[in-house]
Amino acid sequence: MQIDWLFGLAGGVIIGLAGAVYLLVNGRIMGASGIIGGLVDGSAGSQAKERIWFLVGLFGVPTVLALLLGDIRGDGPAETYATSNLAAVIIAGLLVGVGTRMANGCTSGHGVCGISRLSLRGIAATVFYIMAGGFGVVIFKHLLGWV
Amino acid sequence: MRNLFALISGGLFGTGLFISGMTDTRKVQGWLDVFGEWDPTLAFVMGGAIIPMFIAWSLTNNRTPALGGMFPPKPDPVIGRNLIIGSTLFGLGWGLVGLCPGPAIASLSFGGLQGATFVLAMGVGMYISPMVKARLDAAAAAV
Repeated sequence: MQIDWLFGLAGGVIIGLAGAVYLLVNGRIMGASGIIGGLVDGSAGSQAKERIWFLVGLFGVPTVLALLLGDIRGDGPAETYATSNLAAVIIAGLLVGVGTRMANGCTSGHGVCGISRLSLRGIAATVFYIMAGGFGVVIFKHLLGWV
Repeated sequence: MRNLFALISGGLFGTGLFISGMTDTRKVQGWLDVFGEWDPTLAFVMGGAIIPMFIAWSLTNNRTPALGGMFPPKPDPVIGRNLIIGSTLFGLGWGLVGLCPGPAIASLSFGGLQGATFVLAMGVGMYISPMVKARLDAAAAAV
């Protein structure tokens, strides 16, 4: 268990470095939902190219790591262990897509980049999505048994 | 150059998500599951990520980005309806399956049918989000 916390801390620092590069070099906030959403709805405009390159790195490097290492803890192939209930997956995807664009940010934009800037909006968003997430797990997992 | 550093940043982001275990939905749901077997890993990830970002923000004072342009201005500290409703909807979806936008892309190659379905549904959700928001605005105006 504690080894997972160390992996978490080390991975977290790398995520923070990624955000620092995107901010200090490119002058942008590293928010996954904003980067993807702007491409989906066409609002990215002249930024589209650099966003696509960002996504190539975000998708490509873990793909290579998963092929070379498998699961990071060495328990076999890399997996997400997501539920096989596709109805739940579709509902969750829609909620995440609608919600992050409405709130203008997700775990990376509001959470990592917002909290570190002491942004009141980032902190408030994080409180709401964590509370809703906890509430969701209680309802969907413990009460309804969907996942 | 912008594209190169965007690629590097995205690659680091993916590496961090992969190493931290955030592409494993059990760890994310474990953090949210306060009534189950609670898993504190996500707090370590968040804490670890905030340290370099905090330093990065402090370096933006009186400077400009290395490749030109301006740093993003701090938004008005207004906590509006969209922020609250949007974050709540996002949180519910996040709790339901344990994926958020970054890890969903990072795990696409090994996430199977569920992973691909999630990303597709998320894209549709992002596309229709302005329409949902307009409906809510209209409903709120009518009250």
